[in-house]
This record gives sequence, structure tokens and C-alpha cells, in this order.
Amino acid sequence: MKNLLKGIPASPGISIGKVFLYQENKININKTNITKNEIENEILLLKSGKQKTIEQLVQLRESIFKKLGVEKAEIFDGHITLVDDEDLLDETIEKIEDDLIRAEYALELSINEYCEMLANLEDTYLRERATDLKDISKRWISNIKGLEFYDLSSLPKGSIVIAEDLTPSDTAQLNLDNVFGFVTEVGGKTAHSAIMARSLELPAIVGLKGILNSTKSGDNMILDGLSGEVIINPSETQINEFTQKMENFIKEKEDLKKLKTKKAITTDNVKFNLWANIGSPKDVESAIENGAEGIGLYRTEFLFMNSDKQPTEDDQFLAYKTVAEKMEGKPVTIRTMDIGGDKELSYMELPNEMNPFLGWRAIRISLDKVDIFKTQLKAILRASVFGQIKIMFPMVISVDEIREAKTILEECKKELKDINIDFDENIKVGIMVETPAVAFRANIFAKEVDFFSIGTNDLTQYCLAVDRGNERISNLYNSFNPSVLTAIKMAIDGAHQEGISISMCGEFAADERASKLLVGMGLDSFSMSASSVPRIKNNILGYNKKECQENMEKLLKLSTVKEVMNNL
Amino acid sequence: MEKTITITNETGIHTRPGNKFVTLAKSFESKILVKNEETKKEVKGTSLLKLLSLGIKKNTKITLTTTGNDEAKAMNELSELLLNLKD
Repeated sequence: MKNLLKGIPASPGISIGKVFLYQENKININKTNITKNEIENEILLLKSGKQKTIEQLVQLRESIFKKLGVEKAEIFDGHITLVDDEDLLDETIEKIEDDLIRAEYALELSINEYCEMLANLEDTYLRERATDLKDISKRWISNIKGLEFYDLSSLPKGSIVIAEDLTPSDTAQLNLDNVFGFVTEVGGKTAHSAIMARSLELPAIVGLKGILNSTKSGDNMILDGLSGEVIINPSETQINEFTQKMENFIKEKEDLKKLKTKKAITTDNVKFNLWANIGSPKDVESAIENGAEGIGLYRTEFLFMNSDKQPTEDDQFLAYKTVAEKMEGKPVTIRTMDIGGDKELSYMELPNEMNPFLGWRAIRISLDKVDIFKTQLKAILRASVFGQIKIMFPMVISVDEIREAKTILEECKKELKDINIDFDENIKVGIMVETPAVAFRANIFAKEVDFFSIGTNDLTQYCLAVDRGNERISNLYNSFNPSVLTAIKMAIDGAHQEGISISMCGEFAADERASKLLVGMGLDSFSMSASSVPRIKNNILGYNKKECQENMEKLLKLSTVKEVMNNL
Repeated sequence: MEKTITITNETGIHTRPGNKFVTLAKSFESKILVKNEETKKEVKGTSLLKLLSLGIKKNTKITLTTTGNDEAKAMNELSELLLNLKD
């Protein structure tokens, strides 16, 4: 028999333990008819069973509240309301009276009707709620029959629970001192059991068909929640291999966890902000997970590109609002549409250009297509009351563009005010520094805005006149080129001269070789893909700002890329 | 009173938001009805099971009906709750 099986990874981590096959005692439903005289008694049983079920669920909610907090506990509030559903009770009583059947059977029939209704819905989330109902019905019927509801809280130490499915109350009873993980035959990533497992940080696999017939209680098992694989009765070599993997995983997780809540402060007590770049509201979770203290760049063009028509104000508002709310008041920098160059739209005709990167793109399109621009600005403004939102304009080369964009922004504010829509009156406005035109005269541009963000990818390309997509000259494209570094330094100095803050949201911010240099230059904030945040934070924690500064001054006197790279 | 509302939260009316709605709906004297405008199915707003069975997702249009002494207050608070649903 094959001893390696693969399911859906539901919660990361590796466990090595012993199988505990969890197969509940099947409840036998008594389907025999009753006499009219028994009706009253059956209704009484139904109601007292309901009362007991609610009491048990209240207790479970309390224990979950202590273990996992209010959000997970609320799941049981929902269950309690389901048990307490007036229609469910009335319909069940009706069945007892009309069909002369026992409470347990009548309840099973009623619940099945609702399960079927849910099973026919399109929505996966609601379909999976049928599991909640079955869970409740099992508990309720056990209570009607006076049976002990099976308990998962006292399994032998090192158990890996294998089950057809685990209901939320099953998962709630798992004792983490004894249970090392679980595998279920059915379910998907959004099943409550999977969600719970992730919050409990309990390795888990779901949807592994056939697992119940492939193993028995007492088998040794390796569970790899990262890949979704289980190995039944593994060899000694496999155990050693996975023990190593498990240790690495735990160590990595702990290291990252320690960093998550830590601020990026140098040894001489200078604080830097670490932010994440995102392309959609979905990315926020990972940003928070990795300890980002804000969104330094929200690329809105994906909203425009992932659709076959222009996104409406409401579409955009919802996306921006979601991000702002999820970040709970931490800064969220929304960059207005950066289309053109290498990014195209199906619903807007962009002319074929000889030099698209030097052509009609980004703020240039926005200032030409004012209606599209205004739609976006209004959506951003409307979302601004749900958190701390900032607006950023891309590809600026002149003060005129900033002023024009700000005039349009003021028009949008006025139009919203006229229809009594709230927004943040003092919303901060900034620009990307990605053209030499801005870097050279950063101090002049800084007078016009509240913040800067350096886009190193384009700044490098424009400073060096190197097409970053052209392979023949790819060796010339290097942000460590002293000319690029000088441009970055000019931008930072220009910002600080006028007292505004400056961040960097290009690849360079996530380049570990560059962080010392950037700290030395006094860059205020680093913004990067979420997964890079812990690494860069770790670097900054080890630096002394003063030393970085001295080192940076020496570096900027060097003449060639090679000399710079050798002295980082 | 009658009002049509578009549900905007990501997951629609599932257990948690549904529970909030039902709990609030039960606090009024008025009769509360909820109708899914796509399927035209209408149910009592005080039964979570019935509400879930409507299969209300993001962007589903629903019509809320309140009838009774406190119908205006019920309409006000219930539609407020629906419009501010999170997750």
C-alpha cells in the first residue's frame, strides 16, 4: 500500500505523531411512530435538549474566547442563534404533531431540509455552513437521547487526529498539549476547521480522500501541513529528515514572530518605518502578518488591468476602503493609476509608441483623461475617512503637473462636499521620485507636496538611459551606479531640507545589500513586498546610524559601480 | 416600509453577519421580511436559517420590509447594519 498521500494543505507546520482515528459512534435515530399521548413528552424532550445544547455551546464559546479571542468565539454565537431559531423549533414541533414521529427524527428531518437548501447555493462559504448545521443537530439529538457527546479533549499525547470531518466544536475541544495535528477526508481551505487550525497554529491537511481507509489508530505518521502530504509509518530516514524540517520551520517562525512586533530601530536608537507594497486588498493580510506598519505603495493599476471595463467609483471606493480599514489607521499610500509604459488596458486605446517609457503614461494620461482621474480621486477621498490614506502621483517631471493634479483634487473635494460626502480634508498628497527631473531639484518640488517616495526601478532606468527590459544591456542596469545613488541622495536631502518625509518603494528598498547605505542616507521609510519586511528589519536592527552615515559618505565619493559594490 | 439594498461586504450574509442581523431584528415589534431580488425568495428576518438559505452574496440586491409599530426605527437600524457589514 502506498504510504504517501496528498491532500490540501490547510495550516502550515510539520508534525510527527501517532494516528488517532476519530470515528464517532453513529447515532441511531429512532424512527418508530408515537401515539398522540406521547406528543407532549417528545416536545418536552426536544425543548430540554435544545436548552442543554445552548448551555454546552455557551461553555464552548467561553473556552474558545479564552484560547482564541472574540472573533473565533463569535462563530459559536452564530451556532447558538441557529439552535435558537424559532422556525426550526416550530417546524420540528409541527412534524412531531402531524406525522407522529419522535423528536430526534423530526429534528433530523428539519435539519436535513435546511442542509439541502444550503447545499444548493452557489456560494462555497454558505455551502460549507451545512457542516455547522450537522454539528448542531448531532449535539442536539445526543442531548435528546441523553447520550454523551464525544469528546476530543483527552487524547493521548502526540496524537494526529484523522477524521471524516471536524466540526467547529470538535476543533474547539482539541487539546493542543496532546494533539499535534489533524487530517480530514473532506473540506476546503475555508472550512471552519481549517480556519481554526491556522489560528491555533496547528498543522493540518483537509480534503485528503481515502485517508480513513489507509491508516489505523496507533500508526506512526508524518504530517506536512506545508505541502499537504502525510507519510504513514515512515522510515527512520524519513523521520530524521522531517524532524530537521520541523525544527527549521519552528525556528524560522519564532525568529519572524519576534521581529513582527519589533520596531525597526538602529542600535543608536533611530527609528525607520517598514511598509509593504500591495496590488490588491488581498495582500494586506500578508503585510500585517509580516509586521509592516503601513502600506507604502498601493498599486491601483491592477484594479484597472484586471477588468475588461473601467472600474467604477464604487468599485474603487470599496477596494480602497477595505485596505484602509484592514490597516486600522496605519498609513496607506495610494498611487493613482500608473498605466502606459509596459502596462496596457483592454478598454482604453493606448497608442503604439516608439518609446512607451518616455511616452503617454501615468500622470500624463490622468491629466489628459480628467474624468477617469476624477473618478479615482473621488473614490480615494471617500475611502479616506476609514483610515489614514495618502495620495501619490506617479511619473511627475514638473511642478506644473503637481499643481494641476492638486487643482483637480480640490475640484473633487468640492464636488463631494456639495453632496455632503465626508472625506479627510487634510489628506496628504505626495509624488513618486522616479525621474531625474525631480531628483535634481527635489527641494523645489518638496515645497509643493507632503511626501516623496522614490521609485528606484524607473529612476535607475531614466538616470542611466537603460531600458530595463533589454537583455543586451542588462549589465548596465544597476541601481548601485554612483549616479543613481547620487540622485537618491539628492531626493532625500531635498525632502528633508523642506521638512517632508521620504520613503522608497522600488526593488532597491528590499535589496539587503542596500539597506545600510539607505539608512546612512537617512531614508525615513522602506516599502517592499511583505515577505521581505522581516529580513530588512533584521538588518536595520543591527546597524548604527552614525556608522552607516560615515560609510555612505565614503561610498558616494567612489567612481565606479564595481568600487561601490566592493565597499558596501 | 420597504427598501432595496445592495450587500457590499466580501462574504455576503453568512453566519456571523446573519446572526447580528437576526439578533437585532428580534428586538423589534415589527414583522421583518427579507427578499433576495435575484431569486425572488422572501423569508422572515428573524430566522437565521431562513436568512442563510437566501444565499445572499456580495452585490446581491435585497429588499427589506418592516411592518408594525416601530417599522421606521427597525428599517433604519437594520439597513444601517447591512450597509456597514464587514469581512
